[in-house]
Amino acid sequence: MQALMHQVLSGLANGGIYASVALALVMIYQATHHVNFAQGEMAMFSTYVCWMLLQAGLPYWIAFILTLGFAFIAGVAIERIIVRPVEQAPVLTVVAVFIGLLLIINSLAGWLFSYTIKAFPSPFPSNAWYGSPFMSPHEVGMIFVTMVVLALVFAFFRFTPLGLAMRAAAQNPVSSRLVGIRVGWMLAMGWGLAGLIGSVAGMMAAPIVYLDPNMMGGILLYGFAAALVGGIDNPWGAVLGGFIVGVLENVAGAYVVGTELKLTVALVIIIGVLLVKPSGLFGRVLVTRV
Amino acid sequence: MTTVETSHPAAARQYAGLSLRSWRMVGIAALLAVACVLPFSLSSYHLFQATQVLVYAMVLLGLNMLTGFNGQISLGHGAFYAIGAYTAAILLDKTGIPYWATIPVAGLVCLVAGFLFGRPALRLEGHYLALATFALAVATPQILKYKHLEPWTGGVQGIIISKADAPAGLPLDSDQWLYFFCLAWIVPLFVVGWNLLRGRTGRAMVAIRDHPMAAATMGIDTALYKSLTFGVSAMYTGIAGALGALVAQFVSPDSFGFFLSISFLVGIVIGGIASISGAVFGAIFIEFVPNIADQISKAAPWAIYGIFLIAFMYLMPMGVAGVVRFAAARFARLAGERRPG
Repeated sequence: MQALMHQVLSGLANGGIYASVALALVMIYQATHHVNFAQGEMAMFSTYVCWMLLQAGLPYWIAFILTLGFAFIAGVAIERIIVRPVEQAPVLTVVAVFIGLLLIINSLAGWLFSYTIKAFPSPFPSNAWYGSPFMSPHEVGMIFVTMVVLALVFAFFRFTPLGLAMRAAAQNPVSSRLVGIRVGWMLAMGWGLAGLIGSVAGMMAAPIVYLDPNMMGGILLYGFAAALVGGIDNPWGAVLGGFIVGVLENVAGAYVVGTELKLTVALVIIIGVLLVKPSGLFGRVLVTRV
Repeated sequence: MTTVETSHPAAARQYAGLSLRSWRMVGIAALLAVACVLPFSLSSYHLFQATQVLVYAMVLLGLNMLTGFNGQISLGHGAFYAIGAYTAAILLDKTGIPYWATIPVAGLVCLVAGFLFGRPALRLEGHYLALATFALAVATPQILKYKHLEPWTGGVQGIIISKADAPAGLPLDSDQWLYFFCLAWIVPLFVVGWNLLRGRTGRAMVAIRDHPMAAATMGIDTALYKSLTFGVSAMYTGIAGALGALVAQFVSPDSFGFFLSISFLVGIVIGGIASISGAVFGAIFIEFVPNIADQISKAAPWAIYGIFLIAFMYLMPMGVAGVVRFAAARFARLAGERRPG
């Protein structure tokens, strides 16, 4: 029982990471109906930036904040420069461009920082008071940080005029443009925020999975699964989906299929959700007018 | 481009006494002649690469059927390539059947696997199908390593295949024989693919891609066509996988990772989406460019793949085949204008 408890709790901790990645994916999907295959690599690259800042001697939280800023600007830049020209293009074009982006960021990181695996520090000391036999301090801290970031994002969208404008631009671009919202920039901001949320996931995951250019491959897959479980057009659903997938992954890995088939669990979840309930738990059911 | 073609019906015009269609036949015959002479003039490593190009061309033709002509995006064709390769390797390893008999079995297994994967994939469109096949691509090496499959797959170690020798009496070494063996598979498969895609079936596939509802209204059984396309596409890929295993003489889980599937995507984008000849151009690209780029740095091949993917999508979405076609049409028009009368 205690072992199960441990698995569930550490699944929740991983779930926080998946929730962040899923939220980042959902933000971009909501605004543009694109699935961002490069989301994981964007997060990975931001994590390397954080590592660089730490190497330069900055304290962790300063580096953390600076990295968030970098991730935001990088997200905006990617939207403006690379994604914008193909906004209305056929799906295959968009997918190919995103895969291209994935490859470029991945190899850029490999080229700049080498492919050797690096340790990444956790800001939470391993003997902190909030540690317990069930959860390490890093896992507790990870959940805490993800929750704070998610709360801030929701507050931003709910309570600020800019957040309102961004939601409007995503929901009804034409009308938004009529009332004077600069829709293009709102989409770019959405990309920036997605990059920012993703970078949190990257920095929180790195102490566990270690830092290397391919660190986000599996996490991205779980992020997809989480977004689909929750409904790819529902941010709340994506977050909940992240926690569900995290727990499922850990429990299935420990008791059902063994750790070496963990990625297959994600595959099964993705295909299962798409087949049984493509709109996810909380997604809107899509009705097409003929 | 289309206006060029309509104002100059290609088949009716004659250049130097031959119609454009005959010129194309001449070109193909010349290409085949070169392909037959090639193995006698190349070193064994370059011959190996040439054989790989044939194998990749077959994969790309299969993937192009599905993604280019039928509009179903697959980021996971490496999985079908792996199924084909492993089918051949396991058959060779566990049973005594001759190597040439494994190819049709691999094709059949992949046809069924593709059809079965294509059935549920019917419900997935666009991004969702890309997502599901992406997951398939990422999970493939893990499934191949799975410990309960190890008695067959050999786990992380993979399976070593002994080299196929030329039949007695032929003055060929085994590399040359393998090359011709692959060529003997690829030529008929290309002819079949050509007929399939240029005929009624191909038009139905394109119609489904461009407007599924209109296609259904015209009486096309979209569900059947889509899942059959998936099956046939997987069959091409599986046959190529089996041939690839024979050529490499080795299969292991890590050679069928996510990046293999991505290479195939890069291949069809560079070669030309929805183009048959594009498969050959794409195959040449994915065989040689990473090798050349590897000499620059370890990161370079993927960076070049990424840059080419984006650049082609922006600048020449029809790929190399599109450019060649455009250039040929331009040339034909110039030649036509220069003729008196």
